[in-house]
Amino acid sequence: MKNIYKIQLIGVGGQGTIKASTIIGEAAMKKGLNVVMSEVHGMAQRGGTVITEFKIGDADSPLIEEGAADLMIAFEPSEALRAINKVNKNSFVIVNSSPIIPFTVSLGISEYPELSSIFEELKTKINHLIIIDAQKIAKEAGNIISENMVLLGAACATPGFPIRKELIIKSMKENLPPKSLEVNLRAFEEGFSQIGDN
Amino acid sequence: MKVKEILTEKEGGKLFLLGNEAAVRGALEGGVSLVSTYPGTPSSEIGDVFYKIAKDAGVYFEFSSNEKVALEVSAAAAASGLRSFVFMKHVGLNVAADSFMSTVYTGVKGGMIILSADDPSMYSSQNEQDNRIMARLAGIPLLEPSNPQEVKDLMKFGFELSEKYEIPVLMRTTTRISHMRGVVELSPVIKGKEKGYFEKNPEQHVVVPAYAVKMRKKLMEKLGQIKEDANHSSLNKIVDKGGKSLGIITSGGAYNYVMDVVSENDLKVKILKLAFSHPFPEEAVLDFINSVDNVLVAEEVEPVMENEVLAIMGKYNINKKVFGKLDGTLPRIYEYNPDIVSKGMAKVVNKVLIDREIMSTNLPLPVRPPVLCPGCPHRGTYFALKKAIKKLKLKEEDIIYSSDIGCYALALQSPYKMADYCISMGSSLGIGCGFAKATDQKVISFIGDSTFFHAGMAGLVNAVHNKDKILLVVLDNRITGMTGGQTNPGTPVDGMGNPAPEVSIEGIAQGSGAEFVRTVNPLDLKETEKVFKEALQCEGVAVVITKYPCAMLTDAENRKKGINIKYTVNQENCIKCLICVKDFTCPAIYIKKDGSVNINPLLCDGCGVCVQVCPKNAIEVKK
Repeated sequence: MKNIYKIQLIGVGGQGTIKASTIIGEAAMKKGLNVVMSEVHGMAQRGGTVITEFKIGDADSPLIEEGAADLMIAFEPSEALRAINKVNKNSFVIVNSSPIIPFTVSLGISEYPELSSIFEELKTKINHLIIIDAQKIAKEAGNIISENMVLLGAACATPGFPIRKELIIKSMKENLPPKSLEVNLRAFEEGFSQIGDN
Repeated sequence: MKVKEILTEKEGGKLFLLGNEAAVRGALEGGVSLVSTYPGTPSSEIGDVFYKIAKDAGVYFEFSSNEKVALEVSAAAAASGLRSFVFMKHVGLNVAADSFMSTVYTGVKGGMIILSADDPSMYSSQNEQDNRIMARLAGIPLLEPSNPQEVKDLMKFGFELSEKYEIPVLMRTTTRISHMRGVVELSPVIKGKEKGYFEKNPEQHVVVPAYAVKMRKKLMEKLGQIKEDANHSSLNKIVDKGGKSLGIITSGGAYNYVMDVVSENDLKVKILKLAFSHPFPEEAVLDFINSVDNVLVAEEVEPVMENEVLAIMGKYNINKKVFGKLDGTLPRIYEYNPDIVSKGMAKVVNKVLIDREIMSTNLPLPVRPPVLCPGCPHRGTYFALKKAIKKLKLKEEDIIYSSDIGCYALALQSPYKMADYCISMGSSLGIGCGFAKATDQKVISFIGDSTFFHAGMAGLVNAVHNKDKILLVVLDNRITGMTGGQTNPGTPVDGMGNPAPEVSIEGIAQGSGAEFVRTVNPLDLKETEKVFKEALQCEGVAVVITKYPCAMLTDAENRKKGINIKYTVNQENCIKCLICVKDFTCPAIYIKKDGSVNINPLLCDGCGVCVQVCPKNAIEVKK
């Protein structure tokens, strides 16, 4: 069996999941690793669930087998549960604690579970669970929009993550507009420092 | 990576490219001169990249009014000796089919590639058709890439093949290939010819029966020769993992899943990967079948290669087991993934495959359907129309809403529920005509600006000529919205980014002879409602054009200008009537757990239409 590192990202349209994924993927390529990634485009541009998944190493398909993800970054709490089939109890799971409530809940045609019960369930299932208030940290760093970089920073600090911090930062510089780079780097560093000994 | 690098990055460099971006680079490395398309997911990003780089690349690019026109533009360029590239989503090839079939007959001089992006599992489409069957129907050579590197390389190969046999070439991708990102090693970009020259030869270019019968014969001869190329092509390769009990024949995305399952489980099998798969390389496949005990065919959507394999085995009287879709080893519908392929392979290999524990949750998860964006002008159109219907005391359950392909079809959902029938691009009018004749029900057809130009105009002319009583609402948001914001004939910019004449929808409607034609701003709810009330009482064809730019355009404009207006609910004035939540339903407006109505400032687009909806003036600009 070959050594392949599998990352699943899940969020809601507009949260910057694809940008965070591209930064990781390009960093992996620059390190000389093979990387394949799958993105979602099209109808769900805003408001829908957005999934990217990728494999770093000697793989052909970007789609991750159920239960096989090494790392999952969930940009929204309920979305972490939506993709729970992709992880196992030993996966690292990073979850943003700020919910995004869709209009279907206001219309009464779907339900959003209590946040506490979402976290409770994740805790019983996942050994390496990291819950982060990325929105708050991003706001403090200078812009609420940078929550994707907070989560990326945290991901980069998890044990087993195959790419060094310096390479990710280099990739950020190549993929983000210069105007917002400073705030994004701050958000990334703050996210990175959230990870202790898990 | 910046988009420009797809053009500027040097030979030997590596880029992390989307399959669609790799198609652009491949076209450039192949010396393409002319590129045309009608946008359609999952192929749209190819056009988005050309729109940004065509000028610098010295390539002509256009968003044609529909796929048939796009194909014709590329066909003429290829007939003039230029290399051309036309791309579309799978159902786009249906629109182009008439000219597609004939272009294969007439052939080409310069290389021509037609890319069809199929959509297994129908992420953004109305059907799951497999255009490898279209290749067989037309008699056109077919290439099936498995990853972005292959997309790029096959573009170049495709141009050469196309010129060698003077025939267009079809490339079939799927959503997972078009939207897959991977490391791509680059070759040099070659500048294509600037202009071609069309040499007259009616026997080759005019498909009157007398000439077509000869073309048909010539096509069959060409296909015979191309088959020999496919038989010996290095694009059709064998991966030998050391074992002959099972041979797997596969292509495209399915190959990736097969490889990952084989590697992970260390399976001793033999794999034949077909990237040059039509004409089907009979000899190469026959050799492969003879070298293994049993065969598994893994392919996405229809059992196309499986049928070809069975035919070969019948022809040569070979008695071996063929596993695939027809015997239920693998599913016939929807896209594959490693788990589905693994489940199928577990039935046919003598080994227990890795089977992981799968977690699930019992908590209810919120549904997140695609939704009209905050600030979307279509919301105003539907809200005002609903009000006009109510004021006129028309029975809504008797009204037939004939919708079309575009964001506005999202009015299918609650609370609007204004889409009863929708089948294909431009169909809202033809379908509307049929309902108007077949029933006494009121008919309202909806169509977008781009879809109107694409295939709606013929339907309008039909409605007027046949005296149908229809209200046609053209939701003109000044852009092709659902595919990400491409230009169309109503936009003052063309595919090269140059200024262009705006074709007037109102002028076309008036020219058709429609009885009532009016243009209105849908953000002005009162005026829109008034216009709809008049239109609904019209006895013939009434056309109402609700014209206001897509929120993606106004948002970008506001960002540029530094305009950042947000609205908020004044809780003292709010009586919780919930009209803004339950009837207007902007995704930015929500009810908090305490029952209060609030506006999410992150989502609010500042359009202010909700202010007009509120009976108590409780919505105001946030200070």
